[in-house]
Amino acid sequence: MTRGRIRSKIRRSNLYTFSCLRPQTTDTEGPNAVQGSRVVHCNQPQLHLKKPLKYCSNFISTTKYNVVTFLPKAIFEQFRRVANLYFLLAAVLSLTPISPFTPVSMIAPLAFVVGLSMAKEALEDSRRFVQDMKVNLRKVSVHKGDGVFGYRPWHKIRVGDVLKVEKDQFFPADLLLLSSSYEDGICYVETMNLDGETNLKVKRCLETTLSLNDDESFKDFLGKIRCEDPNPSLYTFVGNLEYDRQVFPLDPTQILLRDSKLRNTAFVYGVVVFTGHDSKVMQNATKSPSKRSTIEKKMDYIIYILFTLLVLISLISSLGFAVKTKYQVPDWWYLQPKKPDGVFDPTNPSLSGFYHLITALILYGYLIPISLYVSIEVVKVLQATFINQDRHMYDEESGNTAQARTSNLNEELGQVDTILSDKTGTLTCNQMDFLKCSIAGTAYGVHSSEVEVAAVQQMAIQEEDVDLSNFPKRRGGRHVSRDNVERASEIELETVITSSNENDLKPTIKGFSFEDRRLMNGNWSKEPNADVHLLFFRILAICHTAIPEYNEATGSFTYEAESPDEGAFLVAAREFGFEFFRRTQSSVFVRERYTNSGEPVEKEYKILNLLDFTSKRKRMSVIVQDQEGQILLLCKGADSIIFDRLSKNGKVYEETTTKHLNEYGEAGLRTLALAYRKLEESQYATWNNEFQKAKTSIGGDREAMLERISDMMERELILVGATAVEDKLQKGVPQCIDKLAQAGLKIWVLTGDKMETAINIGFACSLLRQGMKQICITTTNSDALVKDGKEGAKENILNQITNATQMIKLEKDPHAAFALIIDGKTLGYVLDDNMKHQFLGLAVDCASVICCRVSPKQKAEVTRLVKEGTGKTTLAIGDGANDVGMIQEADIGVGISGVEGMQAVMASDFSIAQFRFLERLLVVHGHWCYKRIAQMVCYFFYKNIAFGLTLFYFEAFAAFSGQSIYDDWYMLLFNVILTSLPVISLGVFEQDVSSEVCLQFPALYQQGPKNLFFDWYRILGWMGNGLYSSLVIFFLNIVIFYDQAFRVGGETADMEAVGTTMFTCIIWAVNCQIALTMSHFTWIQHLLVWGSIVTWYLFLFLYGMMSPLISGNAYQILVEVLGPAPIYWAATLLVTITCNLPYLAHISFQRCFNPMDHHIIQEIKYYKKDIEDRHMWTRERSKARQETKIGFTARVEAKIRQLRGRLQKKHSSNLSAS
Amino acid sequence: MSSRGAASSSGGPQLGTSESSTRISKKPKYSRFTQQELPACKPILTPGWVIATFIAVGIIFIPIGLASLFASQRVVEIVHRYDEECVPPIFSGNQLAYIQSSITNKTCTKNFTVPKRMKGPVYVYYQLDNFYQNHRRYVKSRSDKQLRSKAGELDTSTCKPEATTGNNSPIVPCGLIAWSLFNDTYGFSMKNKVLNVSKKNIAWKSDQEHKFGSDVYPKNFQSGGLIGGAKLNASIPLSEQEDLIVWMRTAALPTFRKLYGKIETDLEANDEITVVIQNNYNTYSFGGRKRLVLSTTSWIGGKNDFLGIAYLTVGGFCMFLAIGFILLYVIKPRPLGDPAFLSWNRNPSGIMN
Repeated sequence: MTRGRIRSKIRRSNLYTFSCLRPQTTDTEGPNAVQGSRVVHCNQPQLHLKKPLKYCSNFISTTKYNVVTFLPKAIFEQFRRVANLYFLLAAVLSLTPISPFTPVSMIAPLAFVVGLSMAKEALEDSRRFVQDMKVNLRKVSVHKGDGVFGYRPWHKIRVGDVLKVEKDQFFPADLLLLSSSYEDGICYVETMNLDGETNLKVKRCLETTLSLNDDESFKDFLGKIRCEDPNPSLYTFVGNLEYDRQVFPLDPTQILLRDSKLRNTAFVYGVVVFTGHDSKVMQNATKSPSKRSTIEKKMDYIIYILFTLLVLISLISSLGFAVKTKYQVPDWWYLQPKKPDGVFDPTNPSLSGFYHLITALILYGYLIPISLYVSIEVVKVLQATFINQDRHMYDEESGNTAQARTSNLNEELGQVDTILSDKTGTLTCNQMDFLKCSIAGTAYGVHSSEVEVAAVQQMAIQEEDVDLSNFPKRRGGRHVSRDNVERASEIELETVITSSNENDLKPTIKGFSFEDRRLMNGNWSKEPNADVHLLFFRILAICHTAIPEYNEATGSFTYEAESPDEGAFLVAAREFGFEFFRRTQSSVFVRERYTNSGEPVEKEYKILNLLDFTSKRKRMSVIVQDQEGQILLLCKGADSIIFDRLSKNGKVYEETTTKHLNEYGEAGLRTLALAYRKLEESQYATWNNEFQKAKTSIGGDREAMLERISDMMERELILVGATAVEDKLQKGVPQCIDKLAQAGLKIWVLTGDKMETAINIGFACSLLRQGMKQICITTTNSDALVKDGKEGAKENILNQITNATQMIKLEKDPHAAFALIIDGKTLGYVLDDNMKHQFLGLAVDCASVICCRVSPKQKAEVTRLVKEGTGKTTLAIGDGANDVGMIQEADIGVGISGVEGMQAVMASDFSIAQFRFLERLLVVHGHWCYKRIAQMVCYFFYKNIAFGLTLFYFEAFAAFSGQSIYDDWYMLLFNVILTSLPVISLGVFEQDVSSEVCLQFPALYQQGPKNLFFDWYRILGWMGNGLYSSLVIFFLNIVIFYDQAFRVGGETADMEAVGTTMFTCIIWAVNCQIALTMSHFTWIQHLLVWGSIVTWYLFLFLYGMMSPLISGNAYQILVEVLGPAPIYWAATLLVTITCNLPYLAHISFQRCFNPMDHHIIQEIKYYKKDIEDRHMWTRERSKARQETKIGFTARVEAKIRQLRGRLQKKHSSNLSAS
Repeated sequence: MSSRGAASSSGGPQLGTSESSTRISKKPKYSRFTQQELPACKPILTPGWVIATFIAVGIIFIPIGLASLFASQRVVEIVHRYDEECVPPIFSGNQLAYIQSSITNKTCTKNFTVPKRMKGPVYVYYQLDNFYQNHRRYVKSRSDKQLRSKAGELDTSTCKPEATTGNNSPIVPCGLIAWSLFNDTYGFSMKNKVLNVSKKNIAWKSDQEHKFGSDVYPKNFQSGGLIGGAKLNASIPLSEQEDLIVWMRTAALPTFRKLYGKIETDLEANDEITVVIQNNYNTYSFGGRKRLVLSTTSWIGGKNDFLGIAYLTVGGFCMFLAIGFILLYVIKPRPLGDPAFLSWNRNPSGIMN
């Protein structure tokens, strides 16, 4: 411990020139004028137990309900649905004599439906509760008095508590930093969960609290903080600390925010300022909007239509009733019209008519499928479990499965048009691997980047394909050349083998996948220009701000660096034989090994100055003095910056290096150029004087001054080489993007990263390629613009947009692809104006869109723009808290459940472990779910119309009296049991094509975004089918059972017999209809569809067996009345067939003469043509995609076109030459 | 929904320490069900199947249609409307007064000839028109409990407005249905010989045995101020009152027949039959017609040409469809699984290259 402690007691702030300067004490202005009224008594949490100072506890709860509020709130939620409210009213009215049904037949289904939905709510909420509790029960070390610290769960932390947070722990509340394990009281914080930025941020405590750096010192610590009230602004903080009878101003650099993580610092002490829901992060919490899928929204319209129909026929009925009651009923002595009761009064027909309206509204309620919502809910939950259970979406590494967190968007997955993706953590793993380098104009590194590997694979397949499609005619139509097929499979095999080999050889060293014999094991000394190599490695080993940490388990050093690329450099240097192992206040120690056999030599480099990296400077330099007294400036930075600063004789390798850098860039690698400069002692001394002066100067322009002076030094550089680091893409990302693009999806990348990085990743994912026209829209940083201010900038941007739009319009080449790249600042102008529609117009025309340096809020705004501007379905995918906004804003939010925080996942609708699972989620599950739900909803309306309208027709024959021809129990069972299970099986198990085919034919996905299965044509078609069926069912039965005997025994049919026959016909007709609708029958479908029909007979039999007090006229109806009557069976057969004939004819006709893609594929599969004719199958597979300009395939094709073009040119020039 | 600050990430340290054993258990277990790979039959509508289906339907339906048409043709039915004829001409302007009067002679004799041989049993029906037995007020107005056993005698709550007499003693059987019981009677004779009409076994057995109690006797029935229909013999239990039982089975439509009785003997063609009708039932106030029907039955019941015609129509239509499809396939065949019909091959704009 002590050793580590000493090591970590370096004054880290010395390392920094820019970002971490300690303001001089003279700088401090007076105490801040604090607006808020919050007072925190440090180390006296007991003072915060009573009222004025009692703040909210650190207990957080994200649940919707608690035990007490669950019932009222959940019930309220349920009855906000219009349909449910209608059924509630109906159920209440069913207790009065107005109702046409018995109360139980109204209340039971409603209770069932509402109960089920509430159970689902409760389950989801309890999951949230468990998640909250997990967080609330985390432990943190708290000062318990007398300098003793002890662990306490998070939720018991109070304002004023002094906490000790250790490395890699999350802060449990917003803290004021008092001191850290570093002597100068700084610490590193990872704010990934807050803003998604991956680089570490430095926080610094007040000078005056520096001394509080061990447990003992808190014995008598007292202080008083006055600060602002809780607010959601993450980057501001206003407050004072009263300590030692003095007042010190506080600013955001002293505040550690809840949910950020302590990094690279052994421990910190802090005092709790904001707890629980007062903390900034929780204040930022937005209630995520409840999302509804497009289908569901459309369904509402259908429900409105049905409601209209319902009201209409109810009005007709009640009008009919009133007229009948007024003019005819007084003569119907058998009704005893002279003895009226409340709802039936011939003397007051209008009142009776009004009562009857209510009766009718309840009676025809079967038009509105009460079970629709609950069935959909059940179906979606089951679909969601299938998504959760899918082994193809299970990530072995993290052990995470895909999770459908809100199941009501499953079908929306099948209709996505635009994907908005985060970069870091989503497309990339945020892990850098040192892959290649160029030293002294020579390129090293044989490993190819994942992008290249994938491209080569694709190329091999493609080549084969091109080959085949070039000569199909010569080979004679369908005849497939066998050797071709074999060759294709060989190539596939080969690539599989090589890739699997590569997996085996995967470097065990994290951050280093470099391989080249020429450099490894000290062989570099045999290379020409060995001295340049030496310098290259030294720059890697010295020019950084990392701290080494000895790992006793492995016996080697690990490095704590600010950014992952820096770590990768150090690992690389170590592997090359330059092991950085110690850092002191003023020196860096490196163990250098020049040859394989040679003993390592420990070398000390005195760090004279460190000019650190900022995003503006895009470079970092150190000035060191080695043991020989030689002063060197070592610099690494973006190539464009470095190349501008090279001296005349430093440009020896510029040309070759540039070439290499371009190659690396194309391969999707992150590049930096390395350079150095030798300094004379006197030269350095003069510069340093000036620098020190600037450093100690007082005033606002200190930083500018420093920058200028640094800039003076970083000139006349000599180029050494360049590095290429692979920002490791997550597994399978390029392939996935390729597939998604082929499925017709547009992909936008929204990243907080720099433009260069974003473009690199664009190349790596094949979203960009060489030859694509990049349209960069930026605000030029010229001073002229600053003068014009906002207006000028806007005008400038508008110009750029119009120019670009014009350019695209004028483009003739159909293969030309455009990429739009825009940065956050520009986006700020674009979004808040009427410019946004022009921007959107331009963006839609571009093949890929990359927005860089965007803030979380802008991500959400862009998402909203796309969603509302195009009216299409958007999907946002991200992994960090900075993506929460866009995840919530998009129609579907997908969170990556990686190792980082869970915010994105918590806010998301679906979570997957890796980006690549998105393909399966959309193309397989989305496609299936969309079709399932669409068909299911259509069918639902069909069946309820078919059933509901028969009730209406009967009214016309029953003097509109509100009598139903069916037994109450039949109606009750109709929706709940007899027809709901088959529909659920349709919604859960239907597959038009198997998952493999879905993946092989991404074009099939377009059926969703084009909404082929839920357009009005189809919906109205189904409704028409329902109308037809209702007519057939009712009138055929009525005529068949008109007045004559229906049995050989001479008995005539009463209402029960006719009703039961009619109902039998309905059960048969709708179940046969669903069987016709399905294309995939497992035993479950068979069981449920045919089982429903059997259940009906079974029910009828059992119902008939029950006491006549329950069954009434249905007593023994099947056994005695209908069963022995042939006409009953004949009518069933006739009606069933007649109902389904038009649909059968329609689908047969459609299928034969206007087949859809999945029909053909089903046929190919059915006749096993894919096995017989593999060539055709692969050819169709390669064609089955949407036209796309992004992804590998497009890239390869562009390449092929280019080559062909060249060939042609050659050819023609040859011709002309001859 | 979860909120942004939500649950401060259960990632981080916890996840890092999760053991490999728990990871293994997290992997979804393989089953064909959860992976949606259950073996399935995926029938597709090939032209062959379509045509075969239509032909099969035609082949099944046409014979059924012919058979039922034939059966229906064999049924002999005599329908005789008598409501108008049975009102003496002097009352023709005021039929209501005639039927409501207790002193008018309601007897009415009619003759008709049997057109064709009617093989016994010949069923006798009365048919009413425009009588809404399916009106909700009417249908509800009964008490199954009361009908079933003596114990339920007081259970008349559902019988309004015909539940109790003025002094609150229950009417048995209560309700509008029973109260409006049909009370015309028919007496048949042929060649001056009485034709016996059996009134036994005209109701469903189950009704007699389980729904109408043998210990329930009519009580206070038709004793109120307003007399509806027939009166019942108070000494016969309800289970034996088959006319009532038949009547209590409410009809589905405003036009209905109910079984009156059976003539067990055969009736030869051209037999002259004389019916003496007691025309008591008031259908005149609501313009309902009354008919007397004699009919034989076949396996499809009474005369019912519609069923046969419907079967023949649908069967014929299916044959027509089958032929239509055959022709279409001949004219414009589409090889099954022909990739040329895939959308990307049909509209070449979607293709790359």
